Amino acid sequence: MVDLLTELIYRLLSDNTVNIIPAMAKKPTQLLSGNEAVALGAAEAGLGFASGYPGTPSTEIIESLARLTDIDCQWAINEKVAFEVAYGASIGGLRSLFTAKHVGINVAMDPLMTAAYTGVNGGFVVVSCDDPGMGSSQNEQDNRLLAQAAKIPLVEPVSPGEAHTFVKEAFQISEDFDTPVMLRMTTRVCHTKQNITPGIAQPMVRKPFATDIRKYVMLPANARARRTGMDQRLAHLKDYSEHGPLNTVELNNRKLGFIVSGVAYLHAKEMYPNASFLKLGMSYPFPADMARSFAQSVEKVVVLEELEPFIETMCRLAGITVQGKHPSFAMGELKPEFVPLIVDGKEKTTVLAAARKPALCAGCPHRLVFGVLRTLGLTVAGDIGCYTLSAIAPFESMHTCLCMGGGITIFEGLWHALKKNVVGVIGDSTFMHSGVTGLMSAAYNGAKGVIIILDNGTTAMTGGQPHPATGTGLRGQKTKQVKIEDLARVAGADEVDVIDPINVKEFEALLKQRVSEDKLSVIITRRPCKLSC
Amino acid sequence: MTNITTILFYGIGGQGVLTAAEICARAALLEQQDVKKTEIHGMAQRGGSVESFVRFGSSVYSPLPVDGKADVLVCLHAEEHARFSSKLNDGGKDISPFLTRADAAVGENKKFINSYMLGVLAAQLTFLPSTWETAMEQVFKRNIEENKTFFRQGFIEGKRA
Repeated sequence: MVDLLTELIYRLLSDNTVNIIPAMAKKPTQLLSGNEAVALGAAEAGLGFASGYPGTPSTEIIESLARLTDIDCQWAINEKVAFEVAYGASIGGLRSLFTAKHVGINVAMDPLMTAAYTGVNGGFVVVSCDDPGMGSSQNEQDNRLLAQAAKIPLVEPVSPGEAHTFVKEAFQISEDFDTPVMLRMTTRVCHTKQNITPGIAQPMVRKPFATDIRKYVMLPANARARRTGMDQRLAHLKDYSEHGPLNTVELNNRKLGFIVSGVAYLHAKEMYPNASFLKLGMSYPFPADMARSFAQSVEKVVVLEELEPFIETMCRLAGITVQGKHPSFAMGELKPEFVPLIVDGKEKTTVLAAARKPALCAGCPHRLVFGVLRTLGLTVAGDIGCYTLSAIAPFESMHTCLCMGGGITIFEGLWHALKKNVVGVIGDSTFMHSGVTGLMSAAYNGAKGVIIILDNGTTAMTGGQPHPATGTGLRGQKTKQVKIEDLARVAGADEVDVIDPINVKEFEALLKQRVSEDKLSVIITRRPCKLSC
Repeated sequence: MTNITTILFYGIGGQGVLTAAEICARAALLEQQDVKKTEIHGMAQRGGSVESFVRFGSSVYSPLPVDGKADVLVCLHAEEHARFSSKLNDGGKDISPFLTRADAAVGENKKFINSYMLGVLAAQLTFLPSTWETAMEQVFKRNIEENKTFFRQGFIEGKRA
């Protein structure tokens, strides 16, 4: 294929190209994403265990740990399970990491709120990857508010480089103050790559385990005692926030000062490199004294933060006069060009150019199923996954999508109201995550109708992660396999059919029959994802 | 901040937009630059709009480009062109016109368009071609020689223009 003339011209032209950048002697650096940096930093901090459930933009943390280290790590079936397993490893004495996207933290809120009471043994870091702008999410909640609700310290890197160092600091904070720590990332930090020089890895931390019923068993009497201790812990953490290494002041031009966190710091430095900055790597507990002193040292103080006015509210509660952002900037990502508008107190006017909508891939087995659902005109309760794209033209055959597992539970609710022609649709990984609980509940409560489990043999939406029904573990190892059809039967389905949706006519006939019956049926449409399997 | 170079890559899922940006970022790293590369990729495999930005220089702050400050636009899909045209600076290069030549050059093998366009991009920058080839070897898992061939064709076209 190589054309000799092409080769010759190429060489000639190449000789005229000069490398004008002086090669500086640097330590070997790598181009790492924020997620890879969290994995690297955690490994260097002597991590002993990690668990999570896939979710954009968090997925690559666990994947990187599996790829780059031999640390014990896993995909759990959902975030609540992942959190609890990782918490247990911490109690057992290991430094332990839990990762989730922002809405995944909701699934783990039950254990999180009380783990904040018990505290930890080995350091325990909860990584929350928020998605301002909803690039791949059903909402854009600001999980800094959840750290505050749980009364746990909040560590927030501005870049992959800081994620690499801050995760190590987070483990130290966790052990020093006996608390889970939230490391809050955002898509723009998770999925930005930058030069990172690996640090020195410490050996795996293994703290001695001792039973401590008053610490770890949250009976009301024990919980009351722990609750009292939390206020004292927060006071100590505030001292750390005021004097520790995570919050830093850069005094330059005193006319304009930013109180800023996350990637917004980099946008502000881009637009106002000579301004003064109070950069908050730890905005909860809030370093009020530091913020007050900073505000007094500059003429105008602007709080710059993505999503909710979290720092702004903290400043106002502390009686510090600041200028916040217009509420129009509380939605979506901040961009460098927004910073001057915020400084001037203006409203967001930029309208994003319409982006091309994604669609179900050519050859995707889900297309066959949703084609039939559209033809039959059924009411479809949907769920989270690639197949949510069936709500978009040309299919437009999914009518609800709320949360993981909702394809079955909302189906049941719709059945209570409508009584006929209602179908629930859920993917195989989502069924493992929180579908089976809804199926048990529907069967137990006598619901009728059809639940379709779209079994493409992977967690396709997030890039193809294994789950218990695949029989494969995080590192590709063979493991125990859950058979979805067996699980559906024992959960209480009256009929369980398995069909390859490539047989469209047979699938349509089967679906019509099951919809007409007074039964709770599960149809598993089984055909591998074209991309991931 | 004038020593920062900003390159925007965009197109649709499946075209190799993210791969092209990754190669560019690796080339910058190999040339001892401070690099930030960012992308939105949640829907990348499903035909939606895909964008990735690479910024490099002595010290890069924001991973995002500022309106009117980008140096080169690399568009892999004609319909996506309008989305970012306002980002280019006054002396900036829009190499999108090379897209038709890339399309003709690769024939049926549309997956090589990204390598051809990387060649056109390389002609606008100061990195050594060997640096680009090393970066391509790091990133491409298959068809490395074919990709290099189309890269070279793009490089020549870029230098000629």
